[in-house]
Amino acid sequence: MHATSNQVTIPQSVARTRWIGLMTILRREFGRILRIWGQTIVPSAVTAALYFVIFGSLIGRRIGQMDGVDYTQYIAPGLIMMAVITNSYANVSASFFGAKFQRFLEEISVSPLPDWIVVIGYVGGGVLRGLLVGFAVTLVALFFTHLPVQHAFVILVAAILTAIIFSLAGFINGVFAKNFDQVNWIPTFILTPLTYFGGIFYSVKMLPSWAQDLSLANPVLYMVNAFRYGFLGRSDVDVGYAFAIMLLFAGVLFAISLWLMRRGIGLRD
Amino acid sequence: MQALEVRGLVKQYRNGVQALKGIDLCVAEGDFFALLGPNGAGKSTLIGICTSLVTKTAGTLEVFGHDMDRELEAAKACIGVVPQEFNLNQFETSLTIVVNQAGFYGIPRKQALARAEEVLTQLSLWDKRNQMARTLSGGMKRRLMIARALVHSPRLLILDEPTAGVDIEIRRSMWDFLRQLNEQGTTIILTTHYLEEAESLCRNIAIIDRGRIAESDRMDRLLRKLHVETFVLSLQEAVTELPRIDGYELRRIDEHTVEVDISKERDLNGLFAKLSADGLHVLSMRNKVNRLEEIFMRLVDRAASPSADSAAGSAV
Repeated sequence: MHATSNQVTIPQSVARTRWIGLMTILRREFGRILRIWGQTIVPSAVTAALYFVIFGSLIGRRIGQMDGVDYTQYIAPGLIMMAVITNSYANVSASFFGAKFQRFLEEISVSPLPDWIVVIGYVGGGVLRGLLVGFAVTLVALFFTHLPVQHAFVILVAAILTAIIFSLAGFINGVFAKNFDQVNWIPTFILTPLTYFGGIFYSVKMLPSWAQDLSLANPVLYMVNAFRYGFLGRSDVDVGYAFAIMLLFAGVLFAISLWLMRRGIGLRD
Repeated sequence: MQALEVRGLVKQYRNGVQALKGIDLCVAEGDFFALLGPNGAGKSTLIGICTSLVTKTAGTLEVFGHDMDRELEAAKACIGVVPQEFNLNQFETSLTIVVNQAGFYGIPRKQALARAEEVLTQLSLWDKRNQMARTLSGGMKRRLMIARALVHSPRLLILDEPTAGVDIEIRRSMWDFLRQLNEQGTTIILTTHYLEEAESLCRNIAIIDRGRIAESDRMDRLLRKLHVETFVLSLQEAVTELPRIDGYELRRIDEHTVEVDISKERDLNGLFAKLSADGLHVLSMRNKVNRLEEIFMRLVDRAASPSADSAAGSAV
C-alpha cells in the first residue's frame, strides 16, 4: 500500500456535480435492473401472457365485448398498466430498502448530493423499470390482440406519471420499512387490491352505483382509464380529470418523500 | 484553520438515551487525531453526526469553516468516511463501488475511472477490481472502504476502527499508508480499540466517555502525565524467587522474564545496580506498550466512579 499525492479536481459547478450524481444513481439502478433481469423483467411478461391466455383467449371468448371492444383488447392496456404499477413500486421499495439494509445507502448519504436528487434518482430507476416492463408486456399483448393507438401522447404521459407515482410510493415504503416483510406488506395488502379493483378487467359502468362511487376513490382507476383512452379512445372517467388526479398524487408523494429525507425518518434516527 | 470544530454537540435518541452531552472538539488542519472511548461512549454517534448519518439534537459543527447547518453540501464534499461496519454493496465489483462513489461527489466518469484505478492500486486492490465485494476477504473489504473514501481526495478522512479484524501485516501496512496520506496533507480522525495504533499514529487525542470528552490533549503531553512506566526485563539467570528491591515493584513472568513498574521519580540505574548485586544480569529490556491503555483505563474508571460528572473534563 502506498499513498500518492495525486488530487482529483471536482467540477466547481454545483449543478454539474448534482447532474453527475443523479446520472450515477440512475446508472446504478439501471445496472441492477439488468443484472437481475430474471427477477425484474421476465416475471411480469410471463404473468401477462398467462392473463391473456386465461382471461383473454379462454374466458374472454365467452365474455365477448366490454365497453364496445373485444375483451382481450379491452384488458390489454390495464394489464400493461398493472405491470408498470407493480414494477415501478417494487423496484424502488426493494432497491432503497436493500441499500438501507446493507447500509450502502450511506455511500449516498455522506456525499454532497441533496435529498431531492436522491429521491429523483431512485424514482428515476423505478420509472425506467416500469416503462421497460410495460414495453415488454405490450409486446406480449401484441401476440394476442391488436392494439390501436388513438392518442400516443396520452399513453406516454399516463405511463410515465403512473410510474412516477408508484415509484414515489415505493420510495416511502422503502424509507419506513424495517424488514423485508414490511417491503412486501403494502404490495400484497394494498397495491394488489387497488390494482385489481382499478378497472383493469372490467368497466366500472357495470357496477352498482355505490360501487362506482367507491371505485372513484381508487387512484389506479384514473391511471388505467387514461392509459386505455390513449389506446382505445374509451374511458370510464374524464381524462383531463384523471391527469389532474395523477399530478396531484405525484406532487403530494414527492413532497412526503422529501420531507422524510430531510427529517431523516427511518434513515438517520 | 480547523478541519473540524464541534461546539456544544448534544444527541438525544428517541428512546431518551443521551449519547452526547455537550461535546466541544477541535481538530486542526493536517492533524492526525485519535478519538478513543469504551464501547457505547458516543464515538460512533459523534462520527455519524459529523458525516450527517445521524441528526444532532443541538450544537454546531464546522468542517473547514463550512457550517453543517448552512453549507451542508460544501462541508460534506470535504469529508471521506470509513465506517466501522462493512457497508458495501455486496453485488457490485470493487471498481464499480469506487467509481460510483466518485460519481456521487460529482467526478465525471472518465476521471472517476482513472482515480479509481489510482486508489485501488494504492490499496493493493487493482487486481481485485472485477471481483464482487461479497467475495473479498475482511481485510480487502476494509481496504476497499478506504479506497472508496479517498476517491474524491477528501481534505478530512474519518476512520472508525479501520483495522478491526485485519491481520497484523495488513494493519502495519495500513498504518504506513495512513501516515503517508497525513504527510501529504490529509487531516485524519481515527477511532480505534487498538491503543497502540493511536499512540503510534496520532499527534492529538480526545478520550470520550459516557457522552463527554474526558480528556483532550497532545498525545505526547498526555503520555507524559503517566507517573509509572512498565518495563519488561530479560534476565540471564533463571529466577525462582523475586528479589525484594525497595522502591521497585517486580513481577515474575517466567523464569527468565520479569516486569517492573518504575515511577518517574526513580532512575533505572538504581534498579540495575540492585539486580546486579543480587547476581542477576539484564540481557535486554523493553518498554511495555501499555501507556495509553493505562491512561485510558484510569480515565474510564474515574468516570465510572460516583463523582464521574465532576471529574470529567479535568486533567489526569
